[in-house]
Amino acid sequence: MTAQTVETTSPTHAKVVAPIAWKFPIVYSILALVSFVFFGLIGRDGETTFRVASGGDLFAIPDLVVSSTAAGLTLGILLVIMAAVSVYVAMRRLSIGSWFPMLFGILFVLSFLAWAGGGSGGVIPLTTLLAGALALSVPLIFGAMCGLVGERSGIINIAIEGQLLAGAFLAAVVASVVKNPYAGLLAAPIAGALVAVILTFFAVKYWVNQIIIGVVLNVLVVGVTSFLYSTVLTEDPGLWNSRQKLPDLPIPLLSDIPVLGRVLFDQNILVYIMYVVVIALQIFVFRSKWGLRMRAVGEHPKAADTVGIKVNLTRVRNTLLAGAIAGLGGAFFTVGSGLAFGKEMSAGQGYIALAAMILGKWNPKGALMAALLFGFSKSLGNTLQSIGTPVANELLLMLPYIVTVFAVAGFVGRVRPPAAEGVPYVK
Amino acid sequence: MTTDISPAAPSPAPPPEAEAEDGRQQNLLQEILSGSWLVSLLAIVLALLLGGVLIAVSNAEVVAAAENFFAAPGEFFSTLFSTVGNAYSALFRGAVFDWDARTAERAIRPLTESMVSGTPLILTGLGIALAFRCGLFNIGGQGQVILGATIAGFLGYALSLPPIVHMLIAVIGGIVGGAIWAGIAGVLKARTGANEVIVTIMLNSIAGYALGYLLKQNWFTHTASANPQSRVIDDSAQMFLLLPPPFRLHFGFVLAILATVFVWWLLERSTIGFEFKAVGANPHAARTAGISVSKVTVTVMIVAGALAGLGGAAQVLGTEFKLTGGISGSIGFDAITVALLGRSKPLGTFLAGLLFGAFKAGGYLMQSQTGTPIDIVLVVQSVIVLLIAAPPLVRSIFRLPTPVLKRKED
Repeated sequence: MTAQTVETTSPTHAKVVAPIAWKFPIVYSILALVSFVFFGLIGRDGETTFRVASGGDLFAIPDLVVSSTAAGLTLGILLVIMAAVSVYVAMRRLSIGSWFPMLFGILFVLSFLAWAGGGSGGVIPLTTLLAGALALSVPLIFGAMCGLVGERSGIINIAIEGQLLAGAFLAAVVASVVKNPYAGLLAAPIAGALVAVILTFFAVKYWVNQIIIGVVLNVLVVGVTSFLYSTVLTEDPGLWNSRQKLPDLPIPLLSDIPVLGRVLFDQNILVYIMYVVVIALQIFVFRSKWGLRMRAVGEHPKAADTVGIKVNLTRVRNTLLAGAIAGLGGAFFTVGSGLAFGKEMSAGQGYIALAAMILGKWNPKGALMAALLFGFSKSLGNTLQSIGTPVANELLLMLPYIVTVFAVAGFVGRVRPPAAEGVPYVK
Repeated sequence: MTTDISPAAPSPAPPPEAEAEDGRQQNLLQEILSGSWLVSLLAIVLALLLGGVLIAVSNAEVVAAAENFFAAPGEFFSTLFSTVGNAYSALFRGAVFDWDARTAERAIRPLTESMVSGTPLILTGLGIALAFRCGLFNIGGQGQVILGATIAGFLGYALSLPPIVHMLIAVIGGIVGGAIWAGIAGVLKARTGANEVIVTIMLNSIAGYALGYLLKQNWFTHTASANPQSRVIDDSAQMFLLLPPPFRLHFGFVLAILATVFVWWLLERSTIGFEFKAVGANPHAARTAGISVSKVTVTVMIVAGALAGLGGAAQVLGTEFKLTGGISGSIGFDAITVALLGRSKPLGTFLAGLLFGAFKAGGYLMQSQTGTPIDIVLVVQSVIVLLIAAPPLVRSIFRLPTPVLKRKED
């Protein structure tokens, strides 16, 4: 009886099942082979030192010295096994959690590092590498959160770049004049929000295309900040543009954990604010009245209007809030890193934040991951450059952008923006 | 397609995505095409005024005079006007005609310098304008310029060919480079619907890093030096000068004129250009009329990239003569504002490119003579474009009447 039902249902069932998704197993297999062959079999002789310890840890972990070839082979075999698992999983049409690609990525990067460090007898400072990754990601994460809030409520914000720069500028100037870095932290969101005011003024009141305004605002902010930098700031740098650094506030106990504790919990207040912003957005965008309204306005403004939500007011408010978030991110360039303001110091990070937001599919969690990926690859590039490896820095830096192109082209699942973004709401 | 038989029934709302796409493109076209020359002119005047305010505020003498405003208001105004006036007259002398120059040649040289600065802006701006007309947002001018310059420059010093031929080959290389780079975005947009804004932004960064990588490879740079720059391109590949030496005006400007005419012909007289505009105006209607939207998307991006690549080629073969990491400067982004100011029309883009070229050329003289940083030019340019994008704002400032034609119904 049971056998019969299985027999009768399985052929029809077989017709319905989705085709085997070969995309990821193929990628895994290629990467595993690259790792096994290039980093393992024909890898470089010599040893690689992974430096884990940094002064003042709760307990010291000795440096991990591995033979480059042996590490490459071992990790290569592990990766090949994982690739085989992914093939099996794909053939059975099962799904694995997100831990799988993450673990795969970590192992691949480790095998790459073991290879890259070999030959030159290089020391890979893991803590520095990760701390650098976080530091480089902070403005990106703030920027991506800004873009996310704006686009979820229907306003495309290309001006993140300008908001970061404006935040960096005002934070530096105010902190320098008041001689207190925390004052800069208060000023930065105002600068970001001011840019957002212009954005929404033209977007909501005059229905100007939002991409146009964004692009132009970026130029405007570069122009104004560079102009003031060349005239006012350089005239009396001691008054207007002295270095002010937010002090590091290590969290007791947590910051004593080797590697991750050092990286995550021995930071200045801006980084902690970032944690709070990301977590809060992840909760509030999807679980609060505010988030529901924001998404409604971004997906179907007419429906939102019908139930009494003030569409344009919601959009303006959220975009201003988003601008303030980006402004905070900009503060990381100056007071967050203890640097004086420099011309165009945001250097295209706003555009990358935009990409991180899209790569993260307009989700705070995803955008965070994507921004960390960008930051990590940049930090990796810096580390490898300093230990002198055969890999060109530029090629490594290029990688996240190529990944984003693939992602946008629909390789990593379908990416769908909020339906009504960029469309002015006209009653 | 939904079948809506009864006329009385409310027509079903189109799917939100289609609506969004439609709205965006119509909106874009409307903003770019509507409005009048008067609004453009007023926008330029307003932007210059605003720039003047910024110059005054940041000038120590003006600020000092303002502090004594009530004691000596006349002095304040004379300082104000002389400061702003000096800056703008230097800008004009650097951009159009230098009446302080000792020789006649020197006096008219600024105008040709504006043309030199304007050449790559015009070419790249045309590429961006063309994509705008098709409803595509080509932010990737920067990457396309880099690719065009890289290939044109490389061919310029790697090959050895007779004079004119060598230059033409290098120019074609630049065109192909830009076309391929923009073509990637076009194909991805047509095949997968990937947003061209993001793809072109990513391609900009990729192109920048690729050039940075190549400039460190000695096989590419043809030099033994460790500096990230290439060998100087051969004389045979350099764009010949249109005027004798003190002038730098080169053949690239002729190319810019030809390209302007070509784009005009393409948009106004050719079948494919009609298809471009049809897709830009309403992709759904265009599809219904039998136009292949995906084919048009790819074609328009390739042509746009070719123009931007030509801009890069003109920059490297006409003015820079060697490849450096900053070969593209900010041409790709300036070109977006050029296309917007030119309302995406060929002649408009040409004139806007000349204007921005003039700002650039004049900005250098202004900076060296009056100490006013050239960055003010960026402010003026962006304010111009912002104001032009919102004609109602300019009209309300100057109390102009609203034109009757454009009335968007819901």
